[in-house]
Amino acid sequence: MSILIDEKTRVIVQGFTGDKATFHAKEMIAYGTRVVGGVTPGKGGQMHLDRPVFDTVKDAVKVTGAEASIAFVPPPYAGDALMEAADASLRLVCIITDGIPAQDMMRVKRYLMRYPRENRTMVVGPNCAGIISAGRAMLGIMPGHIYTRGNVGIVSRSGTLGYEAAAQMKALGIGVSTSVGIGGDPINGSSFLDHLALFEKDADTKAVIMIGEIGGPQEAEASAWIKANMSKPVVGYVAGLTAPKGRRMGHAGAIISAEGDTAAEKADIMRSFGLHVAPSAAELGSTVAKALTKVL
Amino acid sequence: MDIHEYQAKELLSGFGVPIARGSVAYSPDQAVFVATELGGWHWAVKAQIHSGGRGKAGGVKLCRTYHEVSDAAKEMLGKRLVTNQTGPEGKVCQRVYVEVAEPFERELYLGLVLDRKLQRIRVFASSEGGMEIEEIARRNPGAIHQIQVEPAVGLQPFQAREIAFGLGLNIKQVSRAVATILGCYRAFRDLDATMVEINPLVVTKDNRLLALDAKMSFDDNALFRRPAVAEMRDAAQEDPREAQASQHGLNYVGLSGDIGCIINGAGLAMATMDMIKYAGGEPANFLDVGGGASPERVAEAFRLVLSDRNVKAILVNIFAGINRCDWVAQGVVQAATGLKVPLIVRLAGTHAEQGDRIIRDSGLPIIGATDLADAAKKAVAAARG
Repeated sequence: MSILIDEKTRVIVQGFTGDKATFHAKEMIAYGTRVVGGVTPGKGGQMHLDRPVFDTVKDAVKVTGAEASIAFVPPPYAGDALMEAADASLRLVCIITDGIPAQDMMRVKRYLMRYPRENRTMVVGPNCAGIISAGRAMLGIMPGHIYTRGNVGIVSRSGTLGYEAAAQMKALGIGVSTSVGIGGDPINGSSFLDHLALFEKDADTKAVIMIGEIGGPQEAEASAWIKANMSKPVVGYVAGLTAPKGRRMGHAGAIISAEGDTAAEKADIMRSFGLHVAPSAAELGSTVAKALTKVL
Repeated sequence: MDIHEYQAKELLSGFGVPIARGSVAYSPDQAVFVATELGGWHWAVKAQIHSGGRGKAGGVKLCRTYHEVSDAAKEMLGKRLVTNQTGPEGKVCQRVYVEVAEPFERELYLGLVLDRKLQRIRVFASSEGGMEIEEIARRNPGAIHQIQVEPAVGLQPFQAREIAFGLGLNIKQVSRAVATILGCYRAFRDLDATMVEINPLVVTKDNRLLALDAKMSFDDNALFRRPAVAEMRDAAQEDPREAQASQHGLNYVGLSGDIGCIINGAGLAMATMDMIKYAGGEPANFLDVGGGASPERVAEAFRLVLSDRNVKAILVNIFAGINRCDWVAQGVVQAATGLKVPLIVRLAGTHAEQGDRIIRDSGLPIIGATDLADAAKKAVAAARG
């Protein structure tokens, strides 16, 4: 099993004919993802990578039956692309783009609420590495070969730190069910909690590792939810112990500007809610291994 | 992106926020000229730096004569002001703002932020102005009135009235407060701000409101569509290395340690810096080279890191996904030729073995590392020398 995507999921690529999209679509296809087409306004009717290009997401969905998309759309048009995807009833959109204005994401989140919760589009990202269900499908830009198929879920703000976790786990013979990058932006499409809830329901996920960083309330919110709702062990890690207050550390959302924003505070909160906190970034894999011994 | 008080006042007054009359000056003579043009008998001379807490650092002076105006400006101009927000290096004051000072009866606080928890714009106000909002929140959280803005329709007048009446203003003052609050909100929305702060927002005897100080910060991601705001950037208020870095599409934050860092990915960069600290060392900087670690990029990263004279060793940690370790290794070897400080390189991911081989075969004294812990330990040892 897995969450969000598997080998059957029909995927379209928004911004299909762009360079970045083309490169990553090729990788996704090689990995086994069921890419059924893509959207580039004005290029509808053409073929790209042996798949049809459409002018609009609605057209693409009508013809291909697509349920999910990955969007490689530049920042000025990204919010619009997300709303178009939601309007076309895609169940999932993964937005890779880095640099989307925060108020655009604020409006996108509001727009998604037009639809009742059960029909609401799940947005993953922005500014993320994407989603991979190991051995099944990839909706992202990650290197597929570092993941082996298994039973541990990964949900992370950082792309490369997620890769580090997967690689450490692989070295210990531990595989991944699905790895989700929620991205580095202050207003994201979905939070840690959203994906932990899916992992809890997934029969094949036995444990989860949650990789956070400085800035924002989502690690604390997730930790409280875990304590109240999760039966599976969760490993936590927070990057940014040495980050100075008030400085943006790369990610737009990685900034200490309020109480509870620091790495130390978040690690304490995680511990207080029963998460297994990895003492350092070199011990992500080993902490997961320890947590797995707690699985019945 | 931050801007100066005088720029924030200019922007906000365009949205109907009331400000006292004032003007910028670049020399003591100009400051006096501004004071004469403004008229009146009292003026505030304020250092224009990107920082709060200027008053306590001597950056705000109330003056009653042209002589005092000149002296105040002379004291501030060309000096580095150190406040509780600037860090020990302080920020250079290249201009002052001379403003008419008038008496007032009440000091209020008004702020707007993009709240991450609510994922909405939040407006909050307090009848305890002139103090830091964290201080107010700590001592008297009940004194803060706040509302959230519904993104679908924006801030509504009834919400602004709720805040204004909550502040105990009389009806004449309320209508002006509503205009002020709506003006701040519209500026926030239309200029893609991340923060607007009026502290203090004062109430005069004749029921006028005035924004005595104004701060605005903007979403860097939105500057592409806000050229008027982008134009207001003052690079002299930024660390020159950080300004240079952003010109080359690199993300750099200068710190105070001696182990230079070059890493791909913000999270991995922060984690690597944490590892250095655990191993007993101190990072000299944060640096995310991003996804495309081409030889040129890597070379620029080295240049940046080395421009910090404190750096005694450099740690390169690249987890290559789409980037290949062999390409990165080529860039590192090019940049490392003639390097005078120890270099520790850890490569992982795509083509890591080929990358390691290129590093070994280069004949350069580069220290290879296998994993995060190993890399941090070696970097700390190398910096200790």
